[in-house]
Amino acid sequence: MSIPKETLLHAYRTMKTIREFEERVNAEIMNGQIPGFTHLYTGQEANAVGVCAHLDESDTIISTHRGHGHCIAKGAEVSGMMKELFGSSEGLCKGKGGSMHVADIDKGILGANGIVAGGPPISVGSALAAKIRKNGKVAVSFSGDGSVNQGTCFEAMNMAVVLQAPAIFVIENNYYSEHTSINYAVGCDDLKARTEAFGFPVFVADGADFFAVYEAAGKAIAHARAGNGPAGVFAEQGRYHGHFVGDPQAYRAEGELEDLRENHCPLKIFRAKMAESGELSDAELDAIDAEVMAEIEQSVTDAKAAARPTADQVTEDVYIQYTATA
Amino acid sequence: MPEKTMRDAINEALHQAMEQDESVFVIGEDVAGCSGSAGDVGAVGGVFGVTEGIYHRWPDRCIDTPISESAIVGAAAGAALVGMRPVAEIMFADFIGVCMDQIVNQMAKFRYMFGGKSRCPAVIRFSSGGGFSAAGQHSQAMYQVMTSFPGLKVVVPSNAYDAKGLMLTAIQDDDPVLFFEPKILYQETADVPDEMYTIPFGEANFVREGDDVTVVAFGQMVPKAAAVIDALAEEGISCDLIDPRTTSPLDENAILESVEATGRLVIVDEAPPRCGLTADIAGLAADRAFSSLKAPIKQVCAPHSPTPFSPELEAAYLPDADKITAAIKATLA
Ligand SMILES: Cc1ncc(C[n+]2csc(CCOP(=O)(O)OP(=O)(O)O)c2C)c(N)n1
Ligand SMILES: [Mg+2]
Repeated sequence: MSIPKETLLHAYRTMKTIREFEERVNAEIMNGQIPGFTHLYTGQEANAVGVCAHLDESDTIISTHRGHGHCIAKGAEVSGMMKELFGSSEGLCKGKGGSMHVADIDKGILGANGIVAGGPPISVGSALAAKIRKNGKVAVSFSGDGSVNQGTCFEAMNMAVVLQAPAIFVIENNYYSEHTSINYAVGCDDLKARTEAFGFPVFVADGADFFAVYEAAGKAIAHARAGNGPAGVFAEQGRYHGHFVGDPQAYRAEGELEDLRENHCPLKIFRAKMAESGELSDAELDAIDAEVMAEIEQSVTDAKAAARPTADQVTEDVYIQYTATA
Repeated sequence: MPEKTMRDAINEALHQAMEQDESVFVIGEDVAGCSGSAGDVGAVGGVFGVTEGIYHRWPDRCIDTPISESAIVGAAAGAALVGMRPVAEIMFADFIGVCMDQIVNQMAKFRYMFGGKSRCPAVIRFSSGGGFSAAGQHSQAMYQVMTSFPGLKVVVPSNAYDAKGLMLTAIQDDDPVLFFEPKILYQETADVPDEMYTIPFGEANFVREGDDVTVVAFGQMVPKAAAVIDALAEEGISCDLIDPRTTSPLDENAILESVEATGRLVIVDEAPPRCGLTADIAGLAADRAFSSLKAPIKQVCAPHSPTPFSPELEAAYLPDADKITAAIKATLA
């Protein structure tokens, strides 16, 4: 499969942006600059980027509590996101939502989500709209290995099949839901088979490898765009951080994190493949690294200087219109 | 008496109930923790640490689950129907949205619909309330909503001492009990006896006693109101501070007797105002103590809005000392 150079450059830039965004957010949480509950996507960058590389602005995604990577991959503005995490009124959601609720409807980002498996049913609605409008759009929902055990996820998968809606279910197996292993929480041995039993094809990928996810997601999305109903992507890749910042991670095996960072790094794997194929040079990638670092630094500077919300804003945006209409 | 945090007080109650009665078990997401992993199974004890150490003593009665709130509550309800005494943990009260049917259509109504022939001695624990910049889906109080459903008992402790006694009562109670733990109070300490004790449901606690104004507060608003009342005492204003401790059953008499004595009523809760506890108690007083009232009743609560993320917004959202003080003074103006 040959991928256009533009796509490759964009993919690397996006993965690097997610990586540096998350690492900086981690540092700012430790500094006490970012309040609330924040879950980092570091390590899983290739999933979001490999999937979203096939989407344009009018396709939709819906994300999870671990949402920064999905949102960046779908085109959310980094500076607006950083401001949101800092709680500024200039943030993407005016400081109302924070990390767990980053959204940008104009970009087809229907929101991160604080409720595990809150997203898939909503995504089916977006897919249904595409089907009714016959516009060839797809709706992607991201779910973790824990999220798929929620009734809403089962309902959404079955209903998408019944309605033949172009819904893409991306299952990101990072091996844990909070502190619980997938080996415990998913009762069967084969989550892919369990998902396929709903009646749609599921394409498996190594979640550390952009090229593998890109290929699997390409098949799933083509299937749905062609009017064949829902499809799934199943990608395995561990997260580098704890479930939340400060998680003691008592569930990890010895050497697990080191192995993840060393042998399953999406950025390293991408660079190695480029070095092998010669499609992108180290110099090109180094230049992107430098630009991304500068962009993240700037986003933090901007977020620290951004306007703070005021008390009168608390009750704004609850409704569009709330007084009795004449 | 030893000082303990509210977290430790509830944890101790759970340990003691488990020791005493083999039909008690805990169930929920990460109540043991690390299940199925290569790491240290049982190391978590709930994300707030409330079930810490239970797995190591009773691995068969400390049950991790998948993320499946409907099935967790349903399993607790079902086990209770056949004679067990489950204590289920739903990590955040907001997740009631996921398991509402099992709570309100199922466990709440068994006994009534079955003509009084069943018992459902299940306890469902929730962390609840705001103050963490946790935004719209991890900050709600929710107990005010659940209070409206007949068949449920609803507990909201405001300190470590009450939390232990109320938890032991909840576990012994033969009806379904929803136990809301204001998460901002988990690390707050109080003197808590080592031995087991119970606090009856429907019996309010007079946190402060005074003559001028009756203040009723719930959960995390109780310590806030107490601080305000102590400050006002220096200005010569004295207040009753009533912590109902259980919103269902509600100690109506304690509230009415106090209002009859003071003639002034301020009610403080962190939830939004519509169909909430402040309106509920204002209604009670208007109905049953109207002739004693010397001033309009004041309700201090959150506005009719979801909980915002930004710390500045959340600080403006939640009732604070200024708002409570202003309300008390307004009844005296
Ligand atoms: C309905 C609901 N239940 C529980 C939680 C608490 N919670 C937040 S994330 C999480 C684990 C999710 O695991 P998974 O779906 O595998 O996603 P991951 O965190 O691994 O990305 C849990 C239990 C929640 N936010 N919503
Ligand atoms: Mg997971």
